[in-house]
Amino acid sequence: MSLSNAAHSVVEPSAATRRFAGSLVVLYAIITMIPLVWIVLTSFKSPDDAISYPPKILFTPSLEGYCNLFTTRSRQTPEFIKTLGPPQGLCDGIARDRNMVIAGPSNYVPRFVNSLIIAFGSTVLAVALGTLSAYGFSRFRVPLKDDLLFFILSTRMMPPIAVAIPIYLMYRTLGLSDTRLGMILLYTSVNVSLAVWLLKGFIDEIPREYEEAAMIDGYTRFQAFVRVVLPQATTGIAATAIFCLIFAWNEYAFAVLLTSGNAQTAPPFIPIIIGEGGQDWPAVAAGTTFFLVPIVVFTVLLRKHLLRGITFGAVRK
Amino acid sequence: MNDLSASSQIIQRAVLVRPGVVRRIRGLSDKSLAWLFITPTIVLLLAINIFPLVWTIYLSFTNYRANRANAPTKWLGADWYQSILTDPDIWAAMQVTAHFVIWTVVIETVLGFGLAFLIDKKFRGHGMWTTIILLPMMLSPAVVGNFWTFLYQPQIGLFNYVVAFLTGRDASSFQMLGDVTLSPWAIVIVDAWMWTPYVMLICLAGLRSIPDYIYEAAEVDRASKWRQFWSITLPMALPFIMLAVLFRGIENFKMFDMVNLLTGGGPGSTTEVASITLKRAAFESWRTGYSSAFAIILFVTVFGLANIYVKALNRVKSR
Repeated sequence: MSLSNAAHSVVEPSAATRRFAGSLVVLYAIITMIPLVWIVLTSFKSPDDAISYPPKILFTPSLEGYCNLFTTRSRQTPEFIKTLGPPQGLCDGIARDRNMVIAGPSNYVPRFVNSLIIAFGSTVLAVALGTLSAYGFSRFRVPLKDDLLFFILSTRMMPPIAVAIPIYLMYRTLGLSDTRLGMILLYTSVNVSLAVWLLKGFIDEIPREYEEAAMIDGYTRFQAFVRVVLPQATTGIAATAIFCLIFAWNEYAFAVLLTSGNAQTAPPFIPIIIGEGGQDWPAVAAGTTFFLVPIVVFTVLLRKHLLRGITFGAVRK
Repeated sequence: MNDLSASSQIIQRAVLVRPGVVRRIRGLSDKSLAWLFITPTIVLLLAINIFPLVWTIYLSFTNYRANRANAPTKWLGADWYQSILTDPDIWAAMQVTAHFVIWTVVIETVLGFGLAFLIDKKFRGHGMWTTIILLPMMLSPAVVGNFWTFLYQPQIGLFNYVVAFLTGRDASSFQMLGDVTLSPWAIVIVDAWMWTPYVMLICLAGLRSIPDYIYEAAEVDRASKWRQFWSITLPMALPFIMLAVLFRGIENFKMFDMVNLLTGGGPGSTTEVASITLKRAAFESWRTGYSSAFAIILFVTVFGLANIYVKALNRVKSR
């Protein structure tokens, strides 16, 4: 073996090592994906297939889970169903095979819409507030800066249930209980600490000289912030926004304790989807699948910034 | 394109500028702008985090009950604190929490570091597989907890089927969620499934931060791979591992959503972690004063432990 080759092999693992490491990781990845794949499969099963033993891997796909997710049905006599005329649409047909008729839409869509409104509303607010504060902390000499930053982070350490007790009382007094506005404000306050910490990291990386040069050209500090810093920070702002969005989208503790109908989001709703005689697993699986798809997309988009996001910007590369 | 050339022009000019000139610029003074930018965030946090916290502290000294808001409130002093710290139920909940936190952190750290070590070998396609492994941690813990109840069903669940298949036991002979000895492990398994990737990601960053030349030097000194692992890899990745342990420890100490949906604290109170005890006291028995005191105790505990840990972390980092 020549010397140069030996030096090369010191840091580069051998092909065999790589293959071995690769196969172990792939094995872990496959095992870890089984529960997720199972849920997606279950969402396309009929209720009987979903609860069969041994579990069925091969089955005739059915959209009953999705139909049950989006509708409410009522049981009717076969004689009554015969008088109804031809079924309208796929779901109606499936329901009639089970001696049911569709009574109306379920609550899933309104809950999903609540999730969207609350997640996006709180994200926009948190990122806007976070960007301003992050710039302030990054560029100006603020008295007690470290204490303020630590204070902002420490609000994240409270157990959510502990926060929920006084928030519940406060919202009851202010008339914010079970309103979207209340939930938006609450999620904003939780997310803003993440936004400040993450964005401060991103803005710290933009050289100060850019703004200073712009200010020499006659820009005010504020104009320099808007026209020079913001465009440079776009990636960071986008990554931060996705993190806030995911948090608000996934949040359960506040949602289950502080909302009951009007402003209820999807996470507290999905577990209480029940059919006749217990949980309607295909419908629950369908609701879960539908709810998780956006997150999968976001995770793929965000993969380069994940590390930073989950450590509040403490680890950058 | 335009942006790029504009900013490079700006950089060129910046080089020519003396720092003193910058300060003499019109517009809002930096000081007022700083406060204008920071105040809204602080006000929001004061209103929605600090004011409620102060209120909780006040309530923890009274016999206030949220479901009897009009009843006269009596000042009790530190009575609740005394009764909580001597309440065997609370200590049982703290033990359940400790079991959960310690085991999840240990399993996630070992598995996560192992995975990171393997991924760092940079086999073909490691980027894609890493992204796949990361998926569980991005999902909603509540929704995850809920669908694991399906996997854990004794008659029909996939988990029981796989265990039965591998061990030859009868799939309906054990109930992960209904059994007093198994349920504390059921929640540990789900949490490990969900959060191992989190530890893995942070450890991976740690491993990648170790420069190659250190290994080259070790190789020149004929240090064995085993020796290299214990004297280079592990010590240099340690601050990252500790950071991951810190974050997981705090998060799992507060754990509510996943466990609430998986077991709701049951059977009995075998999986009743602190947050679930708190929820039961606050929103089911409506003992607002009592639960406020417990909330404050929990907060002080997390905060204290986190502070001690951060100090240790900094010591390791500065070594």
